[in-house]
Amino acid sequence: MFKTILFLFIVFIPQLSQAFCGFYVAKADVSLYNQASQVVIVRKEDKTVLSLMNDYQGDLKDFALVIPVAEVLKKEQIHIGDNKLFKRLDNFTAPRLVEYHDKNPCQRFKYKMKNILVKSDRESAAAPMKEKDSLGVTVEAEYTIGEYDIVILSARESDGLETWLKQNGYKMPLGASAALKPYIKQDMKFFVAKVNLKEQNQTGLKFLRPLQFAFQSEKFMLPIRLGMINAKGAQDLLVYVLTEKGRVEVSNYQTVKLPSNMDIPVYIKDDFAHFYKSLFDNQVKKYNLRAVFTEYFWNMGWCDPCAANPLSVSELKKLGVFWLGSSSTNGRGIPVQVTRLHVRYTPDTFPEDLMFQETGDTQNFQGRYVLRHPWTGSPEQCDAAKDYFKNLAERHERESSVLAKLTGWDLNQIRHKMNLTNDNSSTTSEKWWKNIWE
Amino acid sequence: MRKIATIDTRFWQLGIMAGLLLSGVMLRDFSLLASQIGLTFIGGLLTQAIFIKFLKITQYGFLSATITCLGLCLLLRSSNLWVHPIVASLAIASKFTLRPCGRHLFNPANLGVILGLSLFPETWITNGQWGADLTTALWLIAAGFFVANNAKRLDITLYFLIIYTTTLFIIRILWYGYPLAVLFHQFQNGALLLFAFFMISDPMTIPHQRVGRFIHAFLVAILSYIFQYWLYWNQGIIWGLFFATFFVPLWNILFPAADYKW
Repeated sequence: MFKTILFLFIVFIPQLSQAFCGFYVAKADVSLYNQASQVVIVRKEDKTVLSLMNDYQGDLKDFALVIPVAEVLKKEQIHIGDNKLFKRLDNFTAPRLVEYHDKNPCQRFKYKMKNILVKSDRESAAAPMKEKDSLGVTVEAEYTIGEYDIVILSARESDGLETWLKQNGYKMPLGASAALKPYIKQDMKFFVAKVNLKEQNQTGLKFLRPLQFAFQSEKFMLPIRLGMINAKGAQDLLVYVLTEKGRVEVSNYQTVKLPSNMDIPVYIKDDFAHFYKSLFDNQVKKYNLRAVFTEYFWNMGWCDPCAANPLSVSELKKLGVFWLGSSSTNGRGIPVQVTRLHVRYTPDTFPEDLMFQETGDTQNFQGRYVLRHPWTGSPEQCDAAKDYFKNLAERHERESSVLAKLTGWDLNQIRHKMNLTNDNSSTTSEKWWKNIWE
Repeated sequence: MRKIATIDTRFWQLGIMAGLLLSGVMLRDFSLLASQIGLTFIGGLLTQAIFIKFLKITQYGFLSATITCLGLCLLLRSSNLWVHPIVASLAIASKFTLRPCGRHLFNPANLGVILGLSLFPETWITNGQWGADLTTALWLIAAGFFVANNAKRLDITLYFLIIYTTTLFIIRILWYGYPLAVLFHQFQNGALLLFAFFMISDPMTIPHQRVGRFIHAFLVAILSYIFQYWLYWNQGIIWGLFFATFFVPLWNILFPAADYKW
């Protein structure tokens, strides 16, 4: 039975010790958010712990993973992680909707703000040397870790590696050889994992757990190029980077913050996932699929408002935050910063692997969208109420155009959903000329 | 065209860099505060004024110092307010204090950036800040500037770009087998453009003689490659120029020629 190569990935550093990196490519043509690949990178100095979320949905016996690595990883450097931690991190950093209720304009000092949080409900938003001379492929090590059978290969020629993988039951996509070549030329090894069905049965789990790797490398990067070989169209990747000090950005592509902190119409409350997906689509289009988007940057110890509780010290340690002691709290926060980067890429728009840098930036950022519920009184209650309703009408107009601009949705439909009419809005009647030539 | 060429090159440079800063702040997320820009100029120009006054120098104006401040604003990012003025001040001071063979050694903006990155941990450079589309336009503008001015010592820009591109092509594309798109992607880096046209081309800090300039450009390109792709320092070209600059007095001794005058 052929194993399908789903996932390829790489980091390299010739003269230093172990290094590699990885990235999962989902093959199923599911909607953007259902199958976005997720990676957690924990990084301090030249030490990295990388966790790969494996959302493979097909038959487990057909699963295979190929990860080029700089050196042969020891068994102790490979670990099986916990899916739940990805979900926790996703929830904690997810773009969020905040809700406020307008105060009664007639009772100035009796106002009490109420915050309701609505999360973006993104669903899952060493063996002896054996060489086959003719192919130049050497099996450097073999391990069974958790439900994975792992071999680490070295190769002299990309064609030889491709042939070896084919002969050993892996189905290679077209173009694999060319994409493997740069990594072989840099003397990298290849980490190949497939599922050991017997071990998998013993876990009693229906899904594959994430693979984690700890390694040392000057190079702070995530190889995405190999995962593009057999991909059709754009792919989504979410990278959560946990660092000690500052925000992380991509150094070889433009990194931009998504528009945030806008007031949007209250009807979005029931449709936030759709809203955010449209917003993201629209931004990606605006930057021609050539930018990486920052969705969140904050200290891991607190949040405001919180979309989920911060991860505990033990959860962070499980993700590989190795510098965290039990007493690492420092007033409001802990020495861990989380950056959430979201990238949608195609082979043409991202010709290079992602290179990262930790900046000195400590300015918090979050994707936050605000709903303001109007006061439900009557304009006749007091003079202030009359002004309130006049301002409210203007605010609704602003919200409708902000929403249209953010999402690219039709303004008229938005206004219709908001029950805005041209007749009863003083603002629009003053701007009667606005829609003449549209 | 001849008339354009007679205008001091630095006015063109100043105009283009000010345009870049303005468009960057207005059209792009530059993570740069207005107060940081203001403080950079205060720190830089004040230092220039103090040195001119105390050293009783008459031939120095404020044009070069303004360009240095613009360069620092375009490149350096910090989460503090005080990093920019300190760095600008040190960069300008270096022009008056680090003078082997009677001329200043470092391009002040290059030294300023190196000092910023080395001394202050909360300081960084965002190479990708321009975005691919804007960078393409900037290359055209810069190339136009280059052709229009035809300044005598701008040949080094060309040497550097050709040598750096050839190095990338031979190692990355031919040897490693990366797709050619990787090479084009390098040129969508606004920092490379700023560097090639406005930093390495500084006539005061490059060798006087053409052969010396070629050797200097060669050394900068090779060191840049080593820093960027062997040592994985993010700002390879900035470090490349910094270390190559130490050899400039040597090239001037080996290949003597008249000093550059603005």
